[in-house]
Amino acid sequence: MRHLINPLDFTTDELDRLFDLAADIEQHPEQYAHKCDGKKLATCFYEPSTRTRLSFETAMLNLGGSVIGFSDAASSSASKGESVADTIRVISCFADICAMRHPKEGAATVAASHSGIPVINAGDGGHQHPTQTLTDLLTIRALKGRLSDFTIGLCGDLKFGRTVHSLINALSRYDGIRFVFISPEELRIPDYIIEMLREKQIPYKEVIRLEDTIGDLDLLYMTRVQRERFFNEEDYIRLKDFYILDKTKLNLAREDMLVLHPLPRVNEISVEVDDDPRAVYFKQVQYGVYVRMALILTLLEIEKEN
Amino acid sequence: MLNVGKIEEGYVLDHIQAGKSLTIYHLLHLDKTDAQVAIIKNARSSKMGKKDILKVECPIGSIDLDVLAFLDRNITVNVIRNGEIMQKEDLILPREVRNVIKCKNPRCITSIEQGLEHIFVLSDATKGTYRCKYCESNPPAQ
Repeated sequence: MRHLINPLDFTTDELDRLFDLAADIEQHPEQYAHKCDGKKLATCFYEPSTRTRLSFETAMLNLGGSVIGFSDAASSSASKGESVADTIRVISCFADICAMRHPKEGAATVAASHSGIPVINAGDGGHQHPTQTLTDLLTIRALKGRLSDFTIGLCGDLKFGRTVHSLINALSRYDGIRFVFISPEELRIPDYIIEMLREKQIPYKEVIRLEDTIGDLDLLYMTRVQRERFFNEEDYIRLKDFYILDKTKLNLAREDMLVLHPLPRVNEISVEVDDDPRAVYFKQVQYGVYVRMALILTLLEIEKEN
Repeated sequence: MLNVGKIEEGYVLDHIQAGKSLTIYHLLHLDKTDAQVAIIKNARSSKMGKKDILKVECPIGSIDLDVLAFLDRNITVNVIRNGEIMQKEDLILPREVRNVIKCKNPRCITSIEQGLEHIFVLSDATKGTYRCKYCESNPPAQ
């Protein structure tokens, strides 16, 4: 039995198979509509996350399965003091697979070590959010046709953004990737990631102005400056509008550059950009459903059976 | 100069950072054994200025010394048999350490989950760095 706790839990070969399956689901959704008949997904969300939870639930419903679960800690036994270990032991008796979001880092690791069913980490605090990384990779592969040989700019909060850190780690396993980190000094990429890139001799550069580098990029990954990551409200207010991608800046970009964003977007991408064909962040959401469908099938080992 | 008698069989842990001997005494669970232990604090050292030393009279192999490498790789472990130093034992970094220190990350699941062991896993053997098994944060300085 396998779990998905960290984006690097799967090898690149395993990811290729997962993405091939997701691509086939996209092409032939009707062939997968009953693959999970009689199976149940438990969505155990100890903190609200409408987008991720609904994506998981949609994925399971698309496969013909059903969904049980809770959407915040107050409506679970956690409010009575039940441990994660006990909760997953109980859930294992009800469901066939579990997607868990928890505000504490490492909660999914604890769940996996006590679970009788596959556990998918749907976000553990500021630590990991592997299905977002899979979504990002599938989107890039589907729309660029490859996961190698491109220059990707990551813009915004590179210090606290877990999706950015996970994506860099995942992409660093592919050939020919060049990173451009675009952030204010206060939100620059952590040193341990820079060290990892140096050790692997992966080219990168750090810049402050998006306009200076947008013309060099094949991909631009925008992020939100998150209020909850700041201890100081003044710092948040000063930095939240540092980068706003608008039409003027996008005009400096290549015709085939893609703009990705993990969503939710606040104001870091102007709505006037939404209609540009290079803006693919809403397509990204759709790929998130495909990749979660492929992940559920893979962890339940269903494609081997049928 | 303070003199402490020789031991017949056991270990002399030398070059302990001054002031850390009691911490190591507890982490080796020496408080829970019948072993005779001499704790020497602030001994003069040409190499370190001052240092602590632990002398433990016990059967060889009866205490788990792996944790020493995690705590301080500069500690020298002298193995004593028949009152003589038989060998200086090389400290090997343990693959993981359990319940030696606690994760201090307030966002880590260990901060709320009952009965959960505090486990640090060796992440880089060359640098001797460890990370919490759960939140992957570095251990607090000892």
